Amino acid sequence: MSKTDKEPLFSGKNIKLLSTPLNDENPITVQVLGICSALAVTAMLEPAVVLAVAVIVVMGAANVIISLLRNTIPSRIRIIVQLVVIASLVILVDQVLKAFFYDVSRQLSVFVGLIITNCIIMGRLEAFALGNKPWPSFLDGVGNAAGYGWILIVVGFFRELLGSGNLWGYPVMETLGVYNFGYEDNGFMILPPMALITVGVIIWVQRSRNRKLIESQ
Amino acid sequence: MEELTSIFVRSVFIDNMVFAYFLGMCSYLAVSRTVSTANGLGIAVVFVLGFTVPVNYLIENYFLSEGALAWLGPGFANIDLSFLSFILFIAVIASMVQLVEMIVEKFAPALYSSLGIFLPLIAVNCAILGGSLFMQEREYANIAQASAFGLGSGAGFYLAIVGIAAIREKIKYSNVPGPLRGLGITFIVTGLMGIAFMSFMGIAL
Repeated sequence: MSKTDKEPLFSGKNIKLLSTPLNDENPITVQVLGICSALAVTAMLEPAVVLAVAVIVVMGAANVIISLLRNTIPSRIRIIVQLVVIASLVILVDQVLKAFFYDVSRQLSVFVGLIITNCIIMGRLEAFALGNKPWPSFLDGVGNAAGYGWILIVVGFFRELLGSGNLWGYPVMETLGVYNFGYEDNGFMILPPMALITVGVIIWVQRSRNRKLIESQ
Repeated sequence: MEELTSIFVRSVFIDNMVFAYFLGMCSYLAVSRTVSTANGLGIAVVFVLGFTVPVNYLIENYFLSEGALAWLGPGFANIDLSFLSFILFIAVIASMVQLVEMIVEKFAPALYSSLGIFLPLIAVNCAILGGSLFMQEREYANIAQASAFGLGSGAGFYLAIVGIAAIREKIKYSNVPGPLRGLGITFIVTGLMGIAFMSFMGIAL
């Protein structure tokens, strides 16, 4: 830990590691990683939040472990070592979910297991943790997982609100009384394809506000 | 036989990996710029899914699930190792990918050179692990059904990725609004394709 003494824990550079993945280098909308599990669990807010937290835990821990091992892993077998570390962490998360949040764990079904092949985790391990010290790696992991998480939560928020009129199972629309004015839930929002279109719209909004992200033709 | 066909058709059209479960999205978005590369990746995924799902089916039913070790003797009858399934499945997938790569290199060098980098990358394609996990969750009755499911899911992925690649090749010539260019429009088109695929949902097999 003597190395970190030279640099304060939350120096500008470290804060940047945490904050750029939230917007400019968002894993989902800019780096296009980890979309697989992102969309399927967002029909409601609760599983989306749970998955986001699970990914933050796994990614922070995996980045620290790989970063600690980075000088001992032979580069030829690094992918297998990374997969084993991630898979063990995911088993832990899965067992905790099964023990304490059984209903959510049923809802998430295979998508907890699919955190293993979530390309953000693998990508950050390869690109960052293998070449950096544990503390910056931890911040990078948490930052990227949070960037992934907030997209998940935004998508889950709109799909549950517009699709079933609830938020976290609480009937918001009914409480507001909008049904009396002829408002109806759009059942379409719950169906899988609308998750893609919602993410497409988020990308649209983000890139209109942040013009440097626009792709050239 | 009828049942096998039904499982195959279901997994191609109704429970399509990409449109119904969003699995394999990363490679689906990254490798769909041109039809020829999409074609290569699609074939590789069909291969690997067709191999790994039956192998993982055997592992699940003879090692992992509760009572599966009974063939070793009565003392093993109530061991439940299913918590190990993630780590074993991913190990099988990683080694299968390696094996498929070597087989293809030996016997079909032309296909090998056209697949190139995509074969090793398949190890971290969520559709592959997803296939094994869905196989575990749905509890297929025998290995033939599991193989039909594996091949069907692969074929569904192939269909999806070649379709989107063809659309993206055409979209290049249209004037898409700046912020939607590239990624955004691909998401929206995939959503629309998913809606089209939903019309298969009512079909009972």
